[in-house]
Amino acid sequence: MNWLLVSPVLIPLATMVLGILLRPRPRLVAAASVAGATGLLLAGLQLVSLAAQDVVLAGQLGGWPAPYGITVVIDRLSAAMVAITGVVGLATVLYGLVREGDPLVLRNFHLFVHGLLAGVSGSFITGDVFNLYVWFEVLLMGSFALMALGRGRRRMSGTMTYMALNLVATFVFLLAAGLVYGSTGTLNMGELGLLFRAGQAPASATLAVVLMLVSFSVKAALFPVFGWLPASYHVAWTPVSALFAGLLTKVGVYSLIRIVTLLWPEYGAVHQVLLWVACATMLVGVLGAAAQNEIRRILSFHIVSQVGYMVLGLALASPLAIAGAVFYVIHHIIVKANLFFVGGLAARITGSERLSAMGGVYARTPFLALVFAIPALSLAGIPPLSGFWAKFFLVKASLDGGFWWAAAVALVTGILTLLSMSKIWNEAFLKAHPEGEEAVRPPAGDPWAMWVVAGLALLTVMIGFGAGPVLDYAVAAAEQLAEPTAHFGAFVGWVGEAGVLPGRGGP
Amino acid sequence: MEMVAALTAGGLAGIGLWMLLDRRLIRVVLGVAILGNAINLAVLTAGRLGAENAAFVTGTHVPEDFSNPLPQALVLTAIVIGFGLFVYALAVLKGVRDTHGSTFTDEVSAVAEEEAPDGYGTGLEGAEEGTP
Repeated sequence: MNWLLVSPVLIPLATMVLGILLRPRPRLVAAASVAGATGLLLAGLQLVSLAAQDVVLAGQLGGWPAPYGITVVIDRLSAAMVAITGVVGLATVLYGLVREGDPLVLRNFHLFVHGLLAGVSGSFITGDVFNLYVWFEVLLMGSFALMALGRGRRRMSGTMTYMALNLVATFVFLLAAGLVYGSTGTLNMGELGLLFRAGQAPASATLAVVLMLVSFSVKAALFPVFGWLPASYHVAWTPVSALFAGLLTKVGVYSLIRIVTLLWPEYGAVHQVLLWVACATMLVGVLGAAAQNEIRRILSFHIVSQVGYMVLGLALASPLAIAGAVFYVIHHIIVKANLFFVGGLAARITGSERLSAMGGVYARTPFLALVFAIPALSLAGIPPLSGFWAKFFLVKASLDGGFWWAAAVALVTGILTLLSMSKIWNEAFLKAHPEGEEAVRPPAGDPWAMWVVAGLALLTVMIGFGAGPVLDYAVAAAEQLAEPTAHFGAFVGWVGEAGVLPGRGGP
Repeated sequence: MEMVAALTAGGLAGIGLWMLLDRRLIRVVLGVAILGNAINLAVLTAGRLGAENAAFVTGTHVPEDFSNPLPQALVLTAIVIGFGLFVYALAVLKGVRDTHGSTFTDEVSAVAEEEAPDGYGTGLEGAEEGTP
């Protein structure tokens, strides 16, 4: 067993166990947490550098041969997702190193974050449908605990909504996994892919997989099942909502990309539905944001709208479109987490989250205003930042595929996003604080938070200027998704001479 | 056997969904638990029931007509996870009751839709009005 293969899961789990052992010493827990998140980031970068050399790590947990064992596959997409998880995880725990607040709650924050990171990275590396369900539950458990952190009326209210809807979505996933097993006799993604691509999957299996896609859509907050996201993300503690905003919906998007590209590499009925859903998601999200007056609620609706772009890339199914979707996920996770972090800092300086009660941030700290402007403009797609390239590839792919109306929706959504961002800019940063300049506090107290937002903004600029190498990586990732030999590798023995699966019979 | 299991799963799912739609959070939590069990039963049934012998394969003995252990393993995992989630849901129920003094889901969820009070989102606790 290659340790690097399981490191994305082992590192956060080990950090969490270490944190539990160190519980009486909150400062040590925080130190272990930062070390663990750094370790996850380093492991992710190592995986990316291996993946960039076209090494695909794959293995069977427990040593059982596929399809009985649990397959773990790390290809380019998985490696990139693990690395980004490390980036956002490290940013979150650094931002969480604040002095004020209940030390016990702060300690629990670090434990839960690593529990959630284990679930997120586990979802990214698994090659087994039921195992994916288990990792979903792990990350869900961590997210429930994080959401309720600090308690209070609003937070418990948001937790209740978030929990009820996500639990039902996960049940749907479990049911779908059971039905997939019942109709095909396998839960291994590679074997499912071979069955579907060979056209040997029974109709009931297609139905079960579509049920699974519905559950992923809830997780990804696609239209029309996005309602839980803007109802809950704005009530959590700032680093928690930034972590959720960056990573959680993207686990749903990743699962959609993984399953759809694996089972249906060509444009088909599923893609057609996804295309409409993606366009509706983009528009509804951005229009919903226009009606909001609180910084984190606006940003929450933008998560919904941005997820639409990623699914647009998936739905178009051309190599450039899939590459654009992968690029979009990478760019978006960093930008969106950063916007939530900056929003939290601006709220701390001005004493409120309501735009009407904010103001004067630019006059007090132009640096923070600059750090907001970079991800905000990137989100809207202004060149040369990362968001411009992400949108450019998707619009080009839509036009190449003849879907001019999808390209139009993407462009209109970009303009409306820019309007929304300029609203935050004008209200929170540019205008004078309604209670006078004295009401704006100096940004002292947590130097780490400033480093975090500056570092993430720098990453956004770097992805923008270094779009070439990132796109090359994404294109190669899309090629791997189109021909996922690593997933199929375990079944070389199963595939007959003509490339057809021998009937393996039901259980 | 399969028919009985399928009907039970369907009936439980119906009860669970009906309870999920209730206004009282306690019923929603119990509904989640019932729906979870309905789905566990459905997964077990979808894995095909029928054979009755346990699949204890030893070096010398392979039982005849043994049942498929994989759906059982899946459902065991799902039961454990579901139990953990149920316990956490009960904790949330208590937290909601302590902070809101009410467990009507419409009243409770309306609170998150209200405007953020001053100071909210600026620190860990977020300046909140006193809890009843």
